[in-house]
Amino acid sequence: MSAYRAILAKDLRTELRTLESVPAMALFAATTFVLFRFGLDRTELDGGQAAGVLLATVLFAAILAVNRVFVAEREQGGFDVIRLAPVDGSALFAAKLTVLVVYLVALELIAVPLFAFLFDAGTGLLALAPVLLLANLGLATVGALVSSIAVHSRARDLIAPLLLLPLLVPVMIAAAGAAEPLLAAAGPSYDGFAKWLAVLALYDVVFCLVGYAVYDFLLED
Amino acid sequence: MSFRAPRTLAALTVGTLVAGFALTFFFAPNDADQGFVQKVFYLHVPLAICALIGFMVAAVQAVLHLRSGDPKWDVRSYVSIHISVIFGIAVLVTGSIWARASWGKWFVWDEPTLVSFLIVFLLYCTYYPLRYAIEDRERQARYASVFAITAGAFVPLNFIAVRLAETLVHPRVFATADGGLTAKMTFTFLVCLGGMALLWETLVRFELATKSSRARIGRLRRALEGDEAIGSGSRIAPAPREAGS
Amino acid sequence: MPALPLDEAGKYVAGAYLVFLALLLVYVAIMSARLARLDRELAELGELAGNVVERERSTREEAFRG
Repeated sequence: MSAYRAILAKDLRTELRTLESVPAMALFAATTFVLFRFGLDRTELDGGQAAGVLLATVLFAAILAVNRVFVAEREQGGFDVIRLAPVDGSALFAAKLTVLVVYLVALELIAVPLFAFLFDAGTGLLALAPVLLLANLGLATVGALVSSIAVHSRARDLIAPLLLLPLLVPVMIAAAGAAEPLLAAAGPSYDGFAKWLAVLALYDVVFCLVGYAVYDFLLED
Repeated sequence: MSFRAPRTLAALTVGTLVAGFALTFFFAPNDADQGFVQKVFYLHVPLAICALIGFMVAAVQAVLHLRSGDPKWDVRSYVSIHISVIFGIAVLVTGSIWARASWGKWFVWDEPTLVSFLIVFLLYCTYYPLRYAIEDRERQARYASVFAITAGAFVPLNFIAVRLAETLVHPRVFATADGGLTAKMTFTFLVCLGGMALLWETLVRFELATKSSRARIGRLRRALEGDEAIGSGSRIAPAPREAGS
Repeated sequence: MPALPLDEAGKYVAGAYLVFLALLLVYVAIMSARLARLDRELAELGELAGNVVERERSTREEAFRG
């Protein structure tokens, strides 16, 4: 437990000090919104298109964070420290997972209001919170797993998104499925809300378990 | 461990497949809805089922590899994925032809099994660049196993998600795949499924046999030339090692 | 009784089965190319082994003579 807290505290402190990841993600999200405005040739978004633009942007911004989350460990020998210390590898996995969730929540606190502001998509956004939280957990779990794999490979920045995106398709399906009726022009509807939340929860549980089970094998020298 | 080329298995495979195709065209009745086009079903669906089961088998072999550390399980896992990906190409192409004949478009997003198969296929395609990007052999094997397990857990989840996303407005294109199969059709289907499963296993055995031979040649070369031997080994395909070498 | 109306539908069905056959044949072709390469390497190694045996025999002969 204390290893988890120590790693988590170190990473969050570093982020607060250097402000490396979250501002970049937020800026990326803002620019992506502008790109979508022109790409779709729409100034207002609702329903399925709103859900798609918002979630795709969050997903791609998440890739930025996933690429960076293990770089410090790789460069400063953090993996060796974990290996030598009598610490369960899954503490590292849990800590990095939490870090990614925190980054994503911070990103969404900026990006979602910005999205509402740019595209006049204000209704039903608060109800998005549980959807986004569960989606963040899924993004973070798979992101931490993939990042651990990618950080030991050669084309690190290439491998991580390559592996990540197909794995995240169910998250996209479920989150967009829940978000589309919420962002409908006529007002939020909770059609199928519970169903999609259940799918997201299932996804999170399965990949948390997979990550927990395999993580020690990733740490081996 | 030596993998002898499976001659009886190959013969059995050919026999079953030929029987299956004969049944398809001479025994199974035409579908009420789709007519003659439905015959593709006896080719496409067995390929898909075998590919998906192949991916699950690879995941199990990956678990065995991580637990035992025996590289032979990594070889088997790699070959399972490799053959299943090849089957996957066949699935997507035959599915596309079926969609075109049935629905006029080369790909239909309304058919959940085809869509979820596309996603799974894209995921497993990343297996190769992943292996290629990790140079240390042992680490490569271990990480590939982790990937195979993660991807194996992903397949059913993905299937559920895509299935739920199917809108109720569009009818299933490949409706026969669900139900409404007569007894004759079911029998034909099962024979074709058996044939494809045998084909999968035969191809896996052939791959393993080739790898084993190449590994032995590599060892022979090293024994004769010393350590400066330059073999023609693949960088990503793991080579089976003989026990006690 | 064969169900074989070679109209539009027939072409697509034939196409699908031909694709399957083509993929299988491509696979067989790739495998046979690989096997041919392995054969070549074995021949090379056979020669190498022959040389090694020659060398060892001549060294042994010298040892006996000397």
